Amino acid sequence: MAAYILRRLLATIPVLLIVAVLVFLMLRLTPGDPAAVIAGDNASTEQIDLIRSRLGLDQPILVQFGIWAGHLLGGNFGESFFFKKTVAELILGRIEPTLSLAFVTMVIAVSVAVPLGVLAAYKQGTWIDRMVMGFSVFGFSVPIFVVGYALIYVFAITLGWVPVQGYQSISAGFGGFLQRLILPAVSLSVIYIALIARMTRASVTEVLGEDYVRTARAKGQVERIILFRHALKNAAVPIVTVIGLGIALLLGGVVVTESVFAIPGLGRLTVDAVLARDYPTIQAVILLFSVIYVAINLGIDLAYSLFDPRIRY
Amino acid sequence: MSAEPALLAPVSALAAPDRGRLAKLARNPSILVGGTVLLAMLLIGIFAPFLGTIDPAAINPSTRNKVPGFERTIRADDGTSTTFKHRMGTDSLGRDVYSRTLYGARVSLLIGVSVAAVSIAVGLLLGMIAGYVRPLDGIIMRFMDGLMAIPAILLAIAVVSLFRAGLGAVIVAIIVPEIPRVVRVVRSIVLSVREEPYVEAAIMAGTRVPTLMVRHILPNTVAPLIVQGTFICASAILVEAILSFLGIGIPPEVPTWGNIMAEGRNLFRIYPHNILYPGIFLCVAVLAVNMLGDGLRDTLDPKMGAR
Repeated sequence: MAAYILRRLLATIPVLLIVAVLVFLMLRLTPGDPAAVIAGDNASTEQIDLIRSRLGLDQPILVQFGIWAGHLLGGNFGESFFFKKTVAELILGRIEPTLSLAFVTMVIAVSVAVPLGVLAAYKQGTWIDRMVMGFSVFGFSVPIFVVGYALIYVFAITLGWVPVQGYQSISAGFGGFLQRLILPAVSLSVIYIALIARMTRASVTEVLGEDYVRTARAKGQVERIILFRHALKNAAVPIVTVIGLGIALLLGGVVVTESVFAIPGLGRLTVDAVLARDYPTIQAVILLFSVIYVAINLGIDLAYSLFDPRIRY
Repeated sequence: MSAEPALLAPVSALAAPDRGRLAKLARNPSILVGGTVLLAMLLIGIFAPFLGTIDPAAINPSTRNKVPGFERTIRADDGTSTTFKHRMGTDSLGRDVYSRTLYGARVSLLIGVSVAAVSIAVGLLLGMIAGYVRPLDGIIMRFMDGLMAIPAILLAIAVVSLFRAGLGAVIVAIIVPEIPRVVRVVRSIVLSVREEPYVEAAIMAGTRVPTLMVRHILPNTVAPLIVQGTFICASAILVEAILSFLGIGIPPEVPTWGNIMAEGRNLFRIYPHNILYPGIFLCVAVLAVNMLGDGLRDTLDPKMGAR
């Protein structure tokens, strides 16, 4: 077991290294002098020279990568010349809204999608099943911003139940926090619900054909317990896997959702950074999101080996 | 499908394999509905100039922000006048939303199809190399793992930020995150097929590698790649709309659904039609492609299961 965990941990190193190389090469692929690119359009020649020597851009490329990676490991993501702050400060200031949005979305998605998927599997072939599967195809097809604007139109403009846009920190009151976060989280959860519900249905359907389910029915077990204890528990591995993989959709969707709902988070920061060609910030956000994604999926893999006695390595 | 008598299946398959498969495709309701809607979208895009549209880029200060149904009187030099009805209203520059939306079908479908074609071609090549040339497998796949560790939209945003905004940059930006998914599918097919007796027989018979790849291995990838290509097409249309909507995609004067919606964002509270109509077209188009993909998967490749 320990050997497996160690091997799995080591296996993430090349992935993260390649992500780092790709992100590093990003700047080198832009036409022109990276120092001038980092400094932005309004920089003076002295500023550019300063950046070049500080980042070691006059060194061979491998040395440059070493310096850059060394800075990253030390928590130095560089400086944003557009926002006039260090990138680390920028990210710290923007991380709370994004984490809140992602978390609330996840809670909504899992608590809606899993029961829906189980229900669809149980009622397979009926109109309930077709509705759930239809919703799933629909969820993959509507862009987040269309859902977002539709929800804003109905619940914020027409009904006036919630504010149209904006964000309020949880420290300023839970009610206001949730009121502003509910529409963005629902919009973002649509595609995630589609993904999880589909996988839940497939996985539970397979398990419902197993002998032990028949045995449970034969002994007169209540259907609800068969579904949620016997079946769902054994169908959990693919479902949890897809929840982990879906985090990529979630992190990408954050960018769009934050723009629609004017939430000052990392997603909004990314778009602003691209519009301003603020490469150090773009690099840092991409690295951060990728590390989060890889780390969560690593955690899920390791959790299987701890909690699922059938998985042996 | 299990209702078919099992004994008869091989006979009919022998008699007319292609006709049987085509008939099966045509019977699938998802394919039928998705295909028809998609065809309609394609026709709308192609014949946009003849569907009562005006120049989608024409700016007219006197007709800014008009609600759907507004009629404009155009006086010609000879004194006669005609009225033009803005079916879907106008945007804040006075451009006709109906014309822009119809022309928008062109860009979306063009991007969907070209992204699908190029990512399949590149992914197929890399996947075949990874699956067949063992020493390169590790290198290619680790590289793909790295690409897949970056959430797709973020990767597209990163690529877009490297170039000047334009159609080409957007297409490249959407292709890059899709390639690893194709490579994975192709590689896994090659790995399983190369163990098949007929492939081993071909190797024993001295078939040269290019012939082996093209004649014996490639055909196995066709069905899964058609399915995969359809889903890539759907996601490409969506990602283009997202990038344009965020203002980092195709230049704003080009009529695309994402651009029309991006333009309508500021005045959304008062004039929701700028987002409503292109939004409906976008959803319907992507839904149609996804339905087509689902139907194709069920008929061509029942083993593939949920996406």
